[in-house]
Amino acid sequence: MRRRETLRIALGALRRNRLRTVLTVMGVVIGTASVLAMVAIGTGARARVAATFEAMGTHMLIVLPGSIQAGGLQGGFGTEATITWGDVAAMATQLPSVQAAAPVLRTSRNVQSESDNWTTLVVGTTPAYFVIRDWRPRLGRLLDESDESSGAKVVVLGQRVVERLFGAHADPVGQRVRIGRIPFVIAGVLAEKGQSPMGQDWDDMVFVPGSTFRAKMQAGLGQFVDGVVLLRAVAADQTTRSRSQVESLLRERHRIAPGGDDDFSVRDLSEIATAQRQGARVLTLLLASIAAVSLLVGGIGITNIMLVSVTERTREVGVRMAVGARGRDIQGQFVAEALVLALAGGVAGLLLGVLAAWLMARAFHWPLVLQPMVALAALGFSAVVGVGFGIYPARRAARLDPIEALRFE
Amino acid sequence: MSLVTLQEVFRTYLSGSEEVRALDGVSLEVEPGESVAIMGASGSGKSTLMNLLGCLDRPTRGRCLLAGRDLAQLSADERASLRNREVGFVFQQFNLLPRVTAQENVELPLVYAEVSPVERRRRALAALDRVGLAQRARHLPNQLSGGQQQRVAIARALVNRPRLLLADEPTGNLDSRTSRRIMALLQQLGREGLTLVMVTHEPDVARHAARVLVMRDGRIVSDTRQVPVEAAEDEPAPASTAMTTESTVSLPT
Repeated sequence: MRRRETLRIALGALRRNRLRTVLTVMGVVIGTASVLAMVAIGTGARARVAATFEAMGTHMLIVLPGSIQAGGLQGGFGTEATITWGDVAAMATQLPSVQAAAPVLRTSRNVQSESDNWTTLVVGTTPAYFVIRDWRPRLGRLLDESDESSGAKVVVLGQRVVERLFGAHADPVGQRVRIGRIPFVIAGVLAEKGQSPMGQDWDDMVFVPGSTFRAKMQAGLGQFVDGVVLLRAVAADQTTRSRSQVESLLRERHRIAPGGDDDFSVRDLSEIATAQRQGARVLTLLLASIAAVSLLVGGIGITNIMLVSVTERTREVGVRMAVGARGRDIQGQFVAEALVLALAGGVAGLLLGVLAAWLMARAFHWPLVLQPMVALAALGFSAVVGVGFGIYPARRAARLDPIEALRFE
Repeated sequence: MSLVTLQEVFRTYLSGSEEVRALDGVSLEVEPGESVAIMGASGSGKSTLMNLLGCLDRPTRGRCLLAGRDLAQLSADERASLRNREVGFVFQQFNLLPRVTAQENVELPLVYAEVSPVERRRRALAALDRVGLAQRARHLPNQLSGGQQQRVAIARALVNRPRLLLADEPTGNLDSRTSRRIMALLQQLGREGLTLVMVTHEPDVARHAARVLVMRDGRIVSDTRQVPVEAAEDEPAPASTAMTTESTVSLPT
């Protein structure tokens, strides 16, 4: 029998049982919609985690100086400066997997404009810092090499500091501020970045050249770096390699014997990022499988209703067989019914799922991530559900003995 | 050549662990154009015989030929196709599909014969016209009387121009007046060359056939030929029912 004919018969049968058809379709609608919405929620969450870590720097490594031992007490990392300026230069230039290295010297200072003052974190660093963080100026410029080499008294402000000292919309580039008692010229203002995943305000900071910091604010420790070193790997997937290269370089430069304790430590942010992404992926998978279960329940609904339908229409099957329907015609008719139910549910579920994902993305301020592949897969899956769960009742109908079927009351 | 040939046909069922011989060595030839009534008590095997003739069943043993083809050697699909082309069924219960119109019911065999929708419609309307129900084509079965439903069923049985019409108690659910009209229609179709085999337990119905078989315990116990009594409408049909066309049916197109 022709395909169009089969479809016509199936649609006719479904139309005659409208309420039953709608209720059966609902099962698939809910299933498909929840799969889509859950996957969208999961991917949205993942994208948000990724974006957060991107802001922190997925390429980033932090080298902390080692601990001191005082009277048998082992201090924590960072209690003693062990990393030299030479180490910083060596890490930046000798390691192929390291793109840039910058020292980070920190202190808290009161910063004053003509009208206001604000205590904030002053960071002394080199231009490489902004490359590592991938931070850009909103106004003016960042620190450059000549600032560093000349020890210029210039400063780059975070947006929060600008708000406190000049007002949110002011352009303070070229004006002066005092840090402690020392006047600095404002070279630029950083674009707003929000908070770090640990709750630190990235915008409540000011940056001065490392050389100026050491000369004017906090006398350094000679050859040692009084702070930490930030590194940027050439690519996000190279951080592990960078880490081991940095470790062996520093062990060599510090002449640490094999098996000896390191006097430094390297922290890798991508580890945390990977763990978080993994968590989000597991969450997606979990949500999607729960949703898939509801699609399965929808499929069982189809089987159930098709079995009822076959039983109800046993006599019809007998009549059709008596006038010349073959087993495969009967089977095709019932499979087509199940397929129409499932696909109708799939399409409606698709729309509902997209709507739900959109609403949730709005509610949680997530990016709306809709993958056409997922939509296609959901549709395909609902078709598979239709055929898979329709085939058993259809087979039963096709295998009916026409004599018995005609006698069926 | 005979349209139907049965040679020493056996058909046994398992009823629990007991073997039931529904047909116990039946031999029979039906020539084209014959009208045959099969009589017998219930359980005598007449329904089993009908199912065999209609290709709904296969013999346990023996040869059973329909239109020259051996049922034992046909696949299920081939039997379906033979039912579609060579056999028309008329049932006691009418067996119309309840939710579709008279015309769509009549079209049903043509759907499985893969006839185009336009041609299907044309032939269904012609068949309905032939049984006097052209005006009722768009009616659902429950909007028709019993006699009208049975005539739709006859139109359905005729629509694919089979050579054999099988009727199982065709008047069993009808009152006597309607029965006479149905018998008149069947007789008319017989005169036009259709081979007719019907099962009945009413002698009144059987006397309209030219040949009467009596079955008992799975065997044919008598096979007599007779001059069939003309079925006639003994009173004129109400003008509104378009039944008068029954006596003026035309030859198939």
